[in-house]
Amino acid sequence: MNRKPVPERVVVMSPRTRASRRTRPAPVSRPDDRTSELREVYVRSLIRGQLRRGLIVSAVVAGGLAVVPLLFAFAPALWTVTVFGVGLVWVVLGVAVYPVVLLAGWMYVWRTERGEREFVELVEQS
Amino acid sequence: MVNGYSVVVVALVLVATVAIGTYGFRISRTTSDFYVASRSIPPFLNASAIGGEYLSAASFLGVAGLIFAFGPDMLWFPVGYTVGYLVLLVFVAAPLRRSGAYTLPDFAESRLESLPVRRVASVLTVGVGWLYLLPQLQGAGLTLRTVTGAPPWLGPVLVAVIVCANVAAGGMRSITFVQAFQYWFKFAAIAIPVVFIVLAWRAGGAPSIGGPHPPAFQNQTTVTLQQAVRVHAPEPVLVQATGVVDGRRYDHQDTPLEVGDHDVGGQTQLVFPAGAAVPQVSSIDAVSNDRWALPLDGGGTPRSLYLTYSLIIATFLGTMGLPHVVVRFYTNPNGRAARRTTLVVLGLLGIFYLIPTVYAALGRLYAPELLLTGQTDAVVLLLPSRLIGGVGGQILGALVAGGAFAAFLSTSSGLTVTVAGVLSQDVLRLRGGIRSFRLATVLAAAVPCAAALFVTGLPVADVVGLAFAVAASSFCPLLVLGIWWRRLTSVGAAAGMLVGGGLALGAGLCTLVVHLGEGWLRDLMVRPAAWTVPLGFAAMIAGSLATPGRVAHNVTSTMTRLHVPEGLGLASTEQHPRTRDED
Repeated sequence: MNRKPVPERVVVMSPRTRASRRTRPAPVSRPDDRTSELREVYVRSLIRGQLRRGLIVSAVVAGGLAVVPLLFAFAPALWTVTVFGVGLVWVVLGVAVYPVVLLAGWMYVWRTERGEREFVELVEQS
Repeated sequence: MVNGYSVVVVALVLVATVAIGTYGFRISRTTSDFYVASRSIPPFLNASAIGGEYLSAASFLGVAGLIFAFGPDMLWFPVGYTVGYLVLLVFVAAPLRRSGAYTLPDFAESRLESLPVRRVASVLTVGVGWLYLLPQLQGAGLTLRTVTGAPPWLGPVLVAVIVCANVAAGGMRSITFVQAFQYWFKFAAIAIPVVFIVLAWRAGGAPSIGGPHPPAFQNQTTVTLQQAVRVHAPEPVLVQATGVVDGRRYDHQDTPLEVGDHDVGGQTQLVFPAGAAVPQVSSIDAVSNDRWALPLDGGGTPRSLYLTYSLIIATFLGTMGLPHVVVRFYTNPNGRAARRTTLVVLGLLGIFYLIPTVYAALGRLYAPELLLTGQTDAVVLLLPSRLIGGVGGQILGALVAGGAFAAFLSTSSGLTVTVAGVLSQDVLRLRGGIRSFRLATVLAAAVPCAAALFVTGLPVADVVGLAFAVAASSFCPLLVLGIWWRRLTSVGAAAGMLVGGGLALGAGLCTLVVHLGEGWLRDLMVRPAAWTVPLGFAAMIAGSLATPGRVAHNVTSTMTRLHVPEGLGLASTEQHPRTRDED
């Protein structure tokens, strides 16, 4: 009767960051390689694009939400506004905010993945 | 209110957790198994697991309790917990996954190539983890006492022991399925009863929740106060008291409570007639239901605005720095999946957070005595059996109690395993593999457990808010600047984390130790994020600009690795886990 050898059990604690850095090649800037310089330019523009998209999304959503307390503070008329018998603040912060956040996240992911695809095409052409 | 079914369901949740913890890890897992599994986990499953770990006692009980007591300003808590993931999605998710970091100290070290920075991040991780564990354990005590009548120390000890046993036995960490199941169990446990509660409310003629009057008892109600409290009566009421009221002893005697403050002794029983306005514990403003439903404390004062904005900053920016949140991103196959996972998390949190508000609003009608006892976190636990009679109500109540316990266990497990890992590796720097990890686990759970037993009466929401504020002031600058700014240096990172995190932590501890009264000083200390986050960023940027020679050597290749999609051969994205042989 054959028993399969039981693999030794190990506990994964964390990545071997130190060990991996010793062996990691420095892949980007090979000094004799002109395309690597070009790639470095591409990478920088990729990072700038991703950062810009992130800033736009967070500015629109977080900025929009940050206005809400001020609106309620300086326009107390809003306190009496009701939607289906429920106060406006409850509708905005209790319900409406969640689909808006989800939509913003979805648009960000969609745009960012497109940005990455364009980057990949650029790199593969070069 | 002891409910036999609750004891059964809570016991089932506990037994299931222990069983999964002890038998789940017997399935032989090699390192490569771990990798194959983690690289094939689809975003939806992974997102459920993140939701399962993230939705803690603060979300399951605390959010409803806060809204119930303080009104719509508290809606910023669940909004912030959710938007925090949007901020994480756009600035951190994919690069963090691509960094290969398992914990925040790993990220700090690999990005800045500096061991001292790793140490600072380690100490802060432990601090934030403990701050976040403390309210979980307190919540466990409250839940167990509410549903089973157990003594208050039993809950924290029970959860701490079970979490310790589980983590030390094999770890909950890699069991994605368990965490994913926890999310859906919690969702069902809070969502199914709410359907019946709303139906019962409508069957009762859908009484209005607003109105120019304070919350009132619907029926004759007997309230027993566990501890001495100072209460404020908004209207005169005639109660039948047994115990001590305003220094006088009563025995089943009619006692008039005039408008104003009254001191009620511990173990005092008060019988209120139907329709009586509820005297409220002095920490909760006794306002009419109309005023309760208004934003900004119904006033829009600069203080209420400061508190609101500071809460917004802490939750929006603090989520990315919670130790157990970061760990979960490692199980994504790649950066793109990390983003998609986060997107699903946004949806899962959104549907969950629609529900506590319903409990809070209906609690004003049906569980107003919690405003008197001050145990507002119990509103979710009490409502099902309060509104639905008979066995059905008891079973629904038991379901909610089980969900609450699942919340404590999953969040506490995630936090304990992360804190223990950091403790054993970086803080205690123990050698000796799994044995030292077990020792660290006990320490990781024992400290907050002891704190939960000795520092009672701490507002749970304030402690959770403090954990977010510390994370937002230290780890948010580290992650955001580390990922997007090449000129960040090790000196700047350490300075920023120490200044931001140190100030936020100091402010929070100050409120626990010193009595600050009511006023601006207290507000600044209780919600420090609005000033500590900018200071943390400023210190990190200034420190980096002052030490331009300390930029990491491999910053160019690190940045490429963080931002370039995997599989192009431009950057080495593979990292291998540090392994420890089991003894």
